[in-house]
Amino acid sequence: MAIVKPKVDAVIVGMGWTGAIMAKELTDAGLRVVALERGPDRDTQPDFAYPRVVDELEGSIHRKFLQSLAKETVTARHSSKDTAVPYRQMGSFKPGTGVGGAGTHWSGCHFRALREDFNLRSNMKQRYGAKFIPEGMTIADFPVTYDDLEPHFDHFEYVCGTSGKAGVLNGAKIPGGNPFEASRSREFPLPPNRNYLGAELFYKAAREVGYSAYPIPASNASAAYVNPYGCQMGPCNFCGFCSDYGCLNYSKASPNASILPVLRLRKEFELRAHAQVLKVNLDGTRSRATGVTYLDADGKETEQPADLVLLCAFSLFNVHLMLLSGIGKPYDPVSETGTVGRNYSYQNLNRVTLFFDDSVQANGFIGIGGGGATFDDLNGNQLDNAKAGFVGGGVIWARQPGSGPIRGISTAPGVPNWGSAWKQGVKDAFRHSFYYEVQGACMAYRANYLDLDPTYRDAFGRPLLRMTFDWNANEIRASQFLVGKALDMCKVLNPKALSGDAKKDGEHYNITRYQSTHTCGGAIMGTDPKTSALNRYLQSWDVPNVFAPGANAFPQNNGYNPTGMVGALTYWAAKAIREQYIKSPGALIHT
Amino acid sequence: MSDEKAPSPSRRQLFKSLGLVPIAAVGLAGCAREADKPADLGPAPGDYKPTFFTAAEWAFIQAACDQLIPADNIGPSASQAGVPEFIDRHMQTPYASGDIWYMQGPFIEAAPQFGYQGRLPVRDILRVGIKGIDAHCAKQFSGKSFAQLEHQDQEALLKSAEAGKLELENISAKEFFNQLLNETRMGYFCDPKHGGNKNMSAWKMIGYPGMRADYTNWVEVRDQPYPLPPVDLDGKRG
Repeated sequence: MAIVKPKVDAVIVGMGWTGAIMAKELTDAGLRVVALERGPDRDTQPDFAYPRVVDELEGSIHRKFLQSLAKETVTARHSSKDTAVPYRQMGSFKPGTGVGGAGTHWSGCHFRALREDFNLRSNMKQRYGAKFIPEGMTIADFPVTYDDLEPHFDHFEYVCGTSGKAGVLNGAKIPGGNPFEASRSREFPLPPNRNYLGAELFYKAAREVGYSAYPIPASNASAAYVNPYGCQMGPCNFCGFCSDYGCLNYSKASPNASILPVLRLRKEFELRAHAQVLKVNLDGTRSRATGVTYLDADGKETEQPADLVLLCAFSLFNVHLMLLSGIGKPYDPVSETGTVGRNYSYQNLNRVTLFFDDSVQANGFIGIGGGGATFDDLNGNQLDNAKAGFVGGGVIWARQPGSGPIRGISTAPGVPNWGSAWKQGVKDAFRHSFYYEVQGACMAYRANYLDLDPTYRDAFGRPLLRMTFDWNANEIRASQFLVGKALDMCKVLNPKALSGDAKKDGEHYNITRYQSTHTCGGAIMGTDPKTSALNRYLQSWDVPNVFAPGANAFPQNNGYNPTGMVGALTYWAAKAIREQYIKSPGALIHT
Repeated sequence: MSDEKAPSPSRRQLFKSLGLVPIAAVGLAGCAREADKPADLGPAPGDYKPTFFTAAEWAFIQAACDQLIPADNIGPSASQAGVPEFIDRHMQTPYASGDIWYMQGPFIEAAPQFGYQGRLPVRDILRVGIKGIDAHCAKQFSGKSFAQLEHQDQEALLKSAEAGKLELENISAKEFFNQLLNETRMGYFCDPKHGGNKNMSAWKMIGYPGMRADYTNWVEVRDQPYPLPPVDLDGKRG
């Protein structure tokens, strides 16, 4: 017998960035909101307090801030012909858990998408002809434009205290920023952070090769800051514990530091931690959600009725919940029908490492997650895709979130994995090497998708989400092209040794090696209910009182980190709920 | 709400396992004071009595770790740094019993790109692997265990395990080797509170400042090496 809680206006599943933004916006509009978070409650004090938080063993090995795969995970396979096996140990991507979600352990790279990222398919067709898009590649235009989202990109940056330099301000190019970015309506809230050695040398190398380097927009505060909600941030002290860790210093923007201090005081808002949502409940018509069922902290099945259900879990688990609840039709890659699970994409991440002698003080232990430098000369319309031979671009960047010996020390080519030669190798490399990364876009394909696994179950008895994903020739070519450009650029710096990990022809996706937590798609936004799960307001076509903001909505992934886009889309959806949906609940787009 | 802020069960268990520390911590504090001589690699960690490993397993761990990180003039050996103690204690944490791994079957073979698909957690991977290697040694070297072999034989065996050329019962030698190497490196470089990296000696070898976590004044310094010695989570200076 399930416990039934009093009905509320809105229930939010997950208290990461999207959940916190929705809770703020909807309580602003006067709604009563209950948020259900599967993990524990967390706050800077005591959870990210120095010194305990900087224990590398707990943070990067015991994975204190990540979800336990023992409870929920996915299965994976390279093609629909294979049998999927569980993602048993954390590797390729790192979903968070607990209040703050992946927004506590992210790095802080905070990009806007380029104008042309929004209409990728039509842009490729226009520039190179329809035939340039390979068979099986299912890229699509976003159903929103850069101009639709600009105010929301802007607001989210101000909430996060993003540190950077505008390159195009109200249509005018200004020096120091990205000359290829879409126009901003305001300068960044904070100036760029200072450069560590690798970033300083990145500017030098980029200049010599002719690229226009600019500071990575970083939600790691370069100075003291108070955001529009009154939440305070302190200047980043380059502690070196950014990715994998909660911020000890109120410097990295997070739901915990940037939004929750306000939410926690609101009477209209209730946060229930250790509340594991099992499914969204639908009424007899299957076109209206009545609330959600969850396990409370004690494991008791509990029903939370609500007029509005916001799926604000990590992108993969939004898709999982939709499939488990029967929201929308599951995608079938053979008949190419159905929408939920369609267009799963990822990120094409590659690294080059530069090794120097001991006169070069690279000090990789000095770290700032989102700081550093990058350029867009090989991204968006700057790249001649026909010449390069692939769809989608990417960025090359210098970024140093902080290295520690437990997180691993890259050694120069030829150094063995153990013995005295390894000891000498780590000693030589630790303070005198740094890396640049190539972050490439990842296209969507008919054959890469998400569905429910027929065999494996999670700790709550539900089928696991199954990921069918492999690299395609397009992404392998992109990897080789972009890593080649990165290596050429690095040679300017005369490193003692240089290594790069471009993908090889025919290389398969390796889920054991950390690459990126930018899992995208699966419940994409679009203009056609036959090929998208969500409309342009991130509202389910099939169950209009369910919204699913997150990277799950991206029809494909671009060369940037998704968080800036995810935040902007969530504010955009919240605005539609506040200004349209509340007045007249129902589908916001009629087909 | 106050209840939700309490450490999660796994963290509480971790605290409990760290409660085993006192003896080691006293030893560490005693040695930290005499650690300034460069040649002094800290305490002889021979006093530690394993509570997870059997005597035979313990002999293997000590011998194998010192093959992976040997004594030389570059820095401390694994056993000088307390790596075996770390591993013995680490095997008793929720992590090593599979707390954060998906452990449900069926367990089917898959390409290496999908990672370890067997049903053993780390601590059993080590146990089963040690047993397998010692059984292999007994057969190959007239009844001797790994720890009793000549150094070059030990090294050759680990190399063939790493290369996946060694056939063991019940476990992939390569998987065992990878976990052993991971544990050894963790014990070498962890905060001393976890039992390894005695006297922060491995941090000093590579020049890691440890848990300082504040480099505001050093971000833009280019012309001289970072000058400060490490500190650990307890605030001790190396």
